[in-house]
Amino acid sequence: MIKAILIFNNHGKPRLIRFYQYFAEDMQQQIIRETFHLVSKRDDNVCNFLEGGSLIGGSDYKLIYRHYATLYFVFCVDSSESELGILDLIQVFVETLDKCFENVCELDLIFHMDKVHYILQEVVMGGMVLETNMNEIVAQVEVQNRMEKSEGGLSAAPARAVSAVKNMNLPDMPRNINIGDINIKVPSLSPF
Amino acid sequence: MALKIVKGSIDRMFDKNLQDLVRGIRNHKEDEAKYISTCIDEIKQELKQDNIAVKANAVCKLTYLQMLGYDVSWAAFNIVEVMSSSKFTYKRIGYLAASQCFHESTDVIMLTTNQIRKDLSSPNQYDTGVALTGLSCFVTPDLARDLANDIMTLMSHTKPYIRKKAVLIMYKVFLKYPESLRPAFPRLKEKLEDPDPGVQSAAVNVICELARRNPKNYLSLAPLFFKLMTSSTNNWVLIKIIKLFGALTPLEPRLGKKLIEPLTNLIHSTSAMSLLYECVNTVIAGQYCCSLGSVVLCVQKLRILIEDSDQNLKYLGLLAMSKILKTHPKSVQSHKDLILQCLDDKDESIRLRALDLLYGMVSKKNLMEIVKKLMLHVDKAEGTTYRDELLTKIIDICCQSNYQYITNFEWYISILVELTRLEGTRHGHLIASQMLDVAIRVKAIRVFAVAQMATLLDNAHLLTGNMQRNGICEVLYAAAWICGEFSEHLENPMQTLEAMLRPKVATLPGHIQAVYVQNAAKLFATVLKSQEGNTDGTAAQETSQLMIERLPLFVQSANLEVQERASCILQLVKYIQKLQQKDVEVAEEVSALFAGELNPVAPKAQKKVPVPEGLDLDAWINEPPSESESEDEQPKAIFTKEEHKHSRPRHTEVDEKELAKRREARKQEQANNPFYIKASPSSQKVYQESTGVEHIPVVQIDLSVPLKVPGLPMSDQYVKLEEERRQKQRVEKKKKEKKKRKEKHSGRGKKRDSGPESEEDITPAHMVDIVTEEMPENALPIHTPITVCDIQGNLQDGSQVVVSVIFENKCDGFLKSMEFNVLDSLNAKLQRPEGSGPHDGLTVPFQLPPGVSNEARFVFTVQSIVMPQKLKGTLTFIVKDSSTHEKLDFKLHFTCTSYLITTPCYSDAFAKLLESGDLKCSSVRLEGVSMPFHHLLARICFHHHFSVVERIDSCSSMYSRSIQGHHVCLLVKTTVSIDAKCDEPTLLGNVLDEIKQTFSQC
Repeated sequence: MIKAILIFNNHGKPRLIRFYQYFAEDMQQQIIRETFHLVSKRDDNVCNFLEGGSLIGGSDYKLIYRHYATLYFVFCVDSSESELGILDLIQVFVETLDKCFENVCELDLIFHMDKVHYILQEVVMGGMVLETNMNEIVAQVEVQNRMEKSEGGLSAAPARAVSAVKNMNLPDMPRNINIGDINIKVPSLSPF
Repeated sequence: MALKIVKGSIDRMFDKNLQDLVRGIRNHKEDEAKYISTCIDEIKQELKQDNIAVKANAVCKLTYLQMLGYDVSWAAFNIVEVMSSSKFTYKRIGYLAASQCFHESTDVIMLTTNQIRKDLSSPNQYDTGVALTGLSCFVTPDLARDLANDIMTLMSHTKPYIRKKAVLIMYKVFLKYPESLRPAFPRLKEKLEDPDPGVQSAAVNVICELARRNPKNYLSLAPLFFKLMTSSTNNWVLIKIIKLFGALTPLEPRLGKKLIEPLTNLIHSTSAMSLLYECVNTVIAGQYCCSLGSVVLCVQKLRILIEDSDQNLKYLGLLAMSKILKTHPKSVQSHKDLILQCLDDKDESIRLRALDLLYGMVSKKNLMEIVKKLMLHVDKAEGTTYRDELLTKIIDICCQSNYQYITNFEWYISILVELTRLEGTRHGHLIASQMLDVAIRVKAIRVFAVAQMATLLDNAHLLTGNMQRNGICEVLYAAAWICGEFSEHLENPMQTLEAMLRPKVATLPGHIQAVYVQNAAKLFATVLKSQEGNTDGTAAQETSQLMIERLPLFVQSANLEVQERASCILQLVKYIQKLQQKDVEVAEEVSALFAGELNPVAPKAQKKVPVPEGLDLDAWINEPPSESESEDEQPKAIFTKEEHKHSRPRHTEVDEKELAKRREARKQEQANNPFYIKASPSSQKVYQESTGVEHIPVVQIDLSVPLKVPGLPMSDQYVKLEEERRQKQRVEKKKKEKKKRKEKHSGRGKKRDSGPESEEDITPAHMVDIVTEEMPENALPIHTPITVCDIQGNLQDGSQVVVSVIFENKCDGFLKSMEFNVLDSLNAKLQRPEGSGPHDGLTVPFQLPPGVSNEARFVFTVQSIVMPQKLKGTLTFIVKDSSTHEKLDFKLHFTCTSYLITTPCYSDAFAKLLESGDLKCSSVRLEGVSMPFHHLLARICFHHHFSVVERIDSCSSMYSRSIQGHHVCLLVKTTVSIDAKCDEPTLLGNVLDEIKQTFSQC
């Protein structure tokens, strides 16, 4: 079983959290902090497994993580999951994100947390691996996005126009959010 | 009406959407919390609208805020509203929010049953999918019971997308509503052979999870899984099945034999490392001892993993290798080279794994080689933690199962001696105990050991050059003892004797000096014997003279043990010298003092002594002390372990007569020893009257005698006075004599000059001694009390303590040029500016007009914080208009409390800490405390820097941390007993004593 999936950036700011076991909000934040503390200390060239995150689970649980550019993807799993399997799953998940967002970067995750959740829901369900085939995942996500579009989306066209007007009032809106350097570069790993 | 709607929707056009919210938060970095709270207010407004699109937008933003740590459970009902929208877009938002923040105690969940059922049977497969995904996160027993049938139907849905979700969610349903397992199981089994690989994988997944909980019930599925394993090509499925077999084979050995072939095939054929690794793991777990070939194959494959450049594979390979090591040590041993290579790895977790493996790989043949390699690594290792780890591993490896693998102890001794050259290790005592153990137990090695130890003593300056690395000087303890005890093997005892009496020795820690002194005496005996044998008496007399010259250094030691031994031996040597001058041969008698061999005693030796007939070890010899009702309630099991230990053993060991005899002997001894302070007759009288009640000879220091400066309430006096007071109370109880009460009164009067203290009135200076001093010779009417108002550890640096001192001028003159100086001890030093000598004082940065007080801070470096300690100091100053320097002595009392820092602790972290088992426990009862419980807690918090973790009616748990990171946990009960746990027993003992003292003063 997967106990939790955390995505945070190099500064520990959460970008997506998904707990498959209930924790109160302050506890969730504490877990994120502790996990970030454990993971961020490690060099990039050391192994990706960590035992002993004391907050979730206990001795049976492992943290398995990958670090892409500015983001950490951390899965907290128990011993029924294969360590290397989960590493591959993270890779599949990130590659899927890359496909859905077309060159995914941290800003995509920041502004479209809901969409990232919908993609994750096609990969992992209730703490169990649902689908590992990337094409299948992308296909399902796209069908649902088309449905949403046909319904007019969440914020209809006029609201979008207004949103542009609203932004003009903001004093120091970053005009050019450069995303070049925080692109998550997905290295192609050996196939699973 | 229509107008109102239009107006409303125009307003709504200005609502923020999720992207606006995120952007806004990013633009308000300085006042994020404030910005978010206005956003939440807006969201609350939006949720009041009738428009479902607006609500959905608001809920979507709430989901984002939930991620940032905001509790959004107040919007649970609105989330349900959005979930029930007919539009997929909104429904999806609602279910996402629900899956993020609903849990079993969310009460609106019960409103969702029908909505979810409707969604599950929706014609749109994605409505169903969204509902299933959401439900998997917040399913409750009620929902599981009500919806189990609907989900079961979905397991046969036409769309594989729904089938696989329905199959997966069944696991959650089984967990919440176990009754559903039986009717659903046949269908689940059917899904193992579903045409769609996704559904099949989901079914395998669910059954594997179920089997992990209760493997026995799933043995019957083994043939089916076996078929799947040989036919499936999906690695995910294969991994799960192989893991499942790992759980099943211990229950059914025949399965193991059957599996070995397909597993070996897979190991040979697969290119996926994850699958290979799981196969190897299952082979190991199954312990297929029958086939050595498969183990060899596994080890070979693991070698490939370990040799890989991928750190993950390396790590897992080592992990699996350590599992094989337990059953097949031989096959792992051949890969020693590889594992030694891993010690060079840059990844510390890999190095530690490799070290673990080495422990099990040693044999008589390869021990020396392995240790040699390790020693090389010790030299190269950077960072003390890893080096210390190496050091302990070397010793662990060598001494495992009673030195089973060591063939040459000379080698081992040299290794130990080599290890002493490590800088800054914490494990000096470990090396020392090994040296002692080997020298005592291996008789043949003594000659060699003694020679090595003598060299060590000779070069002691190399070890102790820097007192910071005091860890390693523990080795000298062993060296001195070995040289003394087995001095007959020494080649040049005279040289060693001189080495042991060097003045530099006085800088060593007390317990080591004590051993030095004692063993110098043993050496002296040996030297005398050899010198008297062959030459005339002069050489022997010179040796005595050497002893007499050097020993006074130790007589002056601050350490009582050293002082006592040194003065005893000094007198002995003086007497010997007298005899020598009369040409009496004394060597025989002197060596008789140390004759006989000291043998190690096995820990269980006492058990072998038969209990004499008629002796009942459990019977009370004295009346048991009256226990109050505190034992009845034991709120937490974690503390109860040592509950009773404290009162009993003391009373059972010796009987009354024996005690009286001992007491008499002790009195005699004290009377003859100039280093004991003799009791004054008045107090003696009290003790004689109270025979049989309290045998501790309490020596009261008469305050009028200027042994200590008058008017100086020292903390140890409190202890003694308290002891006395309690004793008197007991005597009182027994004899009901009135005259005692008077004495008791006077005793109390002395103790507290400041008068009784009300319970609410907690004075801040309690935690440290208030050291007020007067001029010893009242030449000038000057009173400059120094009040130590605070001793506080420095969190940043575990060895720094800041002492704030208040100087108050009580005389009529103007004080200037004040200089503050403290006599450093080995453990604590005053931090002086660079360039000043170790005895220079610090200038107090202000002058004091009459009647004015001011505060100055001084920084001390403290090495060990487990013991309280006192530093002597002087303050020199000039009174204006007189040019002479005045001097004032004072004492600084560093209590263990002052090393504690109030640190808040969450109750769950606290529980973890207690369960970790690393902490030692101890307990204490506070006698005669009758204050409200919250005052008692407040006092402990205030005076001893604790914080309350949790309070449950009759008891309260408290926590504090030392500046060096020791955890101190207390459980205080209303019956005024304190149970405590700490990872450092000495520190704990001292803190408890201090707490006791605090309460004995009220």
